[in-house]
Amino acid sequence: MATTPPTAPAIRMPPTSEAHLVLEGLTLRYGARIAVAPTTLTIPRHRVTAIIGPSGAGKSTLLRALNRLHETVPGAGVDGRVLLDGEDIYGLGVDPILLRRRVGMVFQQPNPLLTRSIAENVSIGLELVGMPRRERAATVEWALRRAALWDEVRDRLDHPATSLSGGQQQRLCIARTLAVRPEVILMDEPASALDPIATSRIEDLIRELASEFTVVIVTHNMQQAARIADYTVFMTPNEDGAGEVVEAGPTEEIFTAPHNQRTEDYITGRFG
Amino acid sequence: MIATGQPVSRSHRLRRRLRHGDVPFRLLAATFAFVVVALLVAIVGVAWDGSAAAREAFGLRFLTRTAWNPVAGEFGALPAIYGTIVSSAIALLLAAPPGIMIGIFLSDLSPARLRGPLSLMVELLAAIPSVVYGMWGIFVFIPFFRGAIAEPVSRALGDTVPFLAGPVTVGRGLLVAGIILAIMILPTIAAVSRDVLSVVPTHQREALLALGATRWEVIRHALLPYARAGIVGGMMLGLGRALGETMAATMVIGNTPRIDPSLFQPATTAASLIASQLPTTNTELHSSALVYLALVLFLITLLANSIARLLVWRVAGAAGGRR
Repeated sequence: MATTPPTAPAIRMPPTSEAHLVLEGLTLRYGARIAVAPTTLTIPRHRVTAIIGPSGAGKSTLLRALNRLHETVPGAGVDGRVLLDGEDIYGLGVDPILLRRRVGMVFQQPNPLLTRSIAENVSIGLELVGMPRRERAATVEWALRRAALWDEVRDRLDHPATSLSGGQQQRLCIARTLAVRPEVILMDEPASALDPIATSRIEDLIRELASEFTVVIVTHNMQQAARIADYTVFMTPNEDGAGEVVEAGPTEEIFTAPHNQRTEDYITGRFG
Repeated sequence: MIATGQPVSRSHRLRRRLRHGDVPFRLLAATFAFVVVALLVAIVGVAWDGSAAAREAFGLRFLTRTAWNPVAGEFGALPAIYGTIVSSAIALLLAAPPGIMIGIFLSDLSPARLRGPLSLMVELLAAIPSVVYGMWGIFVFIPFFRGAIAEPVSRALGDTVPFLAGPVTVGRGLLVAGIILAIMILPTIAAVSRDVLSVVPTHQREALLALGATRWEVIRHALLPYARAGIVGGMMLGLGRALGETMAATMVIGNTPRIDPSLFQPATTAASLIASQLPTTNTELHSSALVYLALVLFLITLLANSIARLLVWRVAGAAGGRR
């Protein structure tokens, strides 16, 4: 028998004073269907926080609510608050355009702009904020170096982005996100379409980024979460099919001494 | 499960394929496919044969001659080619910007509730018979156009800009034909633009959204570059339609085989010249010249459509070849 009742959520995240993002009763809907049940959680600054759980647990939906991309899906609804440095991103008068410059995102499928070159893909965000063309090159180089891609592409910056391999394309997308210097980087299963070597490079990169950025990463790969995350959030669908956070805390505790029976079942492979 | 590795005799296989209709169906479908080729060959053959007298009399100079005088037996295709190309070019110029914008609206900006009805309306526009467009042109548009636009514009600018020279007499002419044709090809351009824009992958849109792009920036940087070749293909399909359009053009262009720099003056297109004169030819050379003109028109539209196909294929190839 578990020492705690299996249904009681066990949240052991850092206090609000160390948080970069604070979720307060965040509830996400698609039409009438609740995709993520009310969630209260802190996400610590300059740490890697992984969200793990089985398919349909609302991991990606939760992630996409943090840069307000969720609401671009027809029928999507949001209740509750998300505080970024204490300010509610769903508050009145908050411009999602400006928010998304502070909270960047890397997607599951590498999605470079297919009609643009390698350099143009990195500088597109700079173009959007109106940086003059001749000032962009330095930032492009900085971002490509930071994304550990510079040495591989420095001689062919004007080649189409599609000439890169999948792993390179994903690092290009990370560079594109870094170029606008966000504070938070959201990653939605960024390595799931990549081979093991490319995956390992992305994981090293994520660890490095944590020195400067707050990283929230959704992954279906528990080993990956164990390798790279400082904190881990475990989500699973409840009996109504809505995703809910069952347990959250320091990664080592989640994987070695979970408090919740469902977490233990999941990480030991008994379900999901 | 269907036994896969089972040894089956050849005659059994044949019987099975026959019974399931495989072979007869394939033969039938192939027959119809080849009927299309046969039709094309037959039409070109008839046009070639029917234009023999005119080809003998004028040869390739037919394309550059400007005289069209059935009484004197003088025939040249240049005024008709000029009218066809200029009226279609005007149509394309006028229809492309709004057509592309309608496509953008339908694929990306329209509320979901409006999208269906609006798409239907655009397609209905394409279903209106061209004779109705022609009638509308004669009864409604030309009287308005002559009084409100052609006369004041030609009075003000006609002396300095030869394209806009008066006097505006009946109001029929190249510009009116171009405008009517523009309305007719608008749905083609709008529908193709909508289709190619709506297949731009979501991840391309979200790539820009996640960087803090506005809707317009998403359209400009992600959608339009990705769909560019397809949109151009849609424009070329519209152009093909304008080049061959007969009835509406015949009713509003004035049917005068003459090259006048002014867009307010009556002109003719290849299709409308054929349609208006073929029923009343007295000489063999006259009807032969009209058939020759049809051959020329066929080549022009074939060229425009080939370019359109090429562009559309390039898009499909680019989208399909991507990993």
